[in-house]
Amino acid sequence: MLKVNLDIIVKELDLRVITGADRLDAEVTGGYVGDLLSDVMANSKEGDVWITRQIHQNIVAVASLKDHAGIILIQGADPAPDTVEKARKEGVTIMVADMPGFEAIGRVYNLINAKKREEPSV
Amino acid sequence: MTKNVLSHDTAIYENSFHVEGGTFENAGHVSSQIKALLKRLKLSKEVVRRAALVTYEAEINICSYADRGQIVLRVTPEHVTVEAIDEGQGIVDIDLAMQAGYSTATEKIREMGFGAGMGLCNIKNFSDFFRITSEIGKGTHLKMVIRIDKDFDGI
Repeated sequence: MLKVNLDIIVKELDLRVITGADRLDAEVTGGYVGDLLSDVMANSKEGDVWITRQIHQNIVAVASLKDHAGIILIQGADPAPDTVEKARKEGVTIMVADMPGFEAIGRVYNLINAKKREEPSV
Repeated sequence: MTKNVLSHDTAIYENSFHVEGGTFENAGHVSSQIKALLKRLKLSKEVVRRAALVTYEAEINICSYADRGQIVLRVTPEHVTVEAIDEGQGIVDIDLAMQAGYSTATEKIREMGFGAGMGLCNIKNFSDFFRITSEIGKGTHLKMVIRIDKDFDGI
């Protein structure tokens, strides 16, 4: 199966990488979208890229506890300074998309599915 | 599950962790520690995932509503038990608090993406045994048990 990693998403969506520039080879197996932390805790999966509008430091604990591939913040919203500090400490990758969430989500979704379609048929 | 069989289980790990109430500054810190510990004990991914989730929700509740609290972790060959014991306002109506979407969170807490009324439901859904008791003006006590069963690979 062809793999999508953060690097491909960063290049395709022209994301700004805030933390974890050295971990962009991390595989992305899916995605999850949400601003309610309990919803993300309950329903997102390991290897997901998490797309959210929340920028406060508590997103780091959620991404770390759920073993997300990384977090994409939308609408050009930079993470709060203590979020960046915590993400560095905990090894969580944070990227920023300078576009509305709808567009970011659509493009990430298409990317993941396009890769799946490229899979050679047996 | 409600039988007193748990107390005969020999603990292979036991510890308690302090949680500061009224602030989200370190929210999730205890859950992260507990997750790392359980991983080191080589519990299955599924058990670690569920234990981390219920601990996180309990921790967030202490941060949101209590003055302070502690989270007690006990691991036996058969169960992971997490207890969250806080000193705080307590819960007026537990049945209401257990309803999905019901929350007494302030606007500030909600803006951060907490207080959606999902926390206790998540805890109930992701644990095999869950008990909640509360006393107004004193605090709330949650007990969550996750069965390890045959997923347990030893230590």
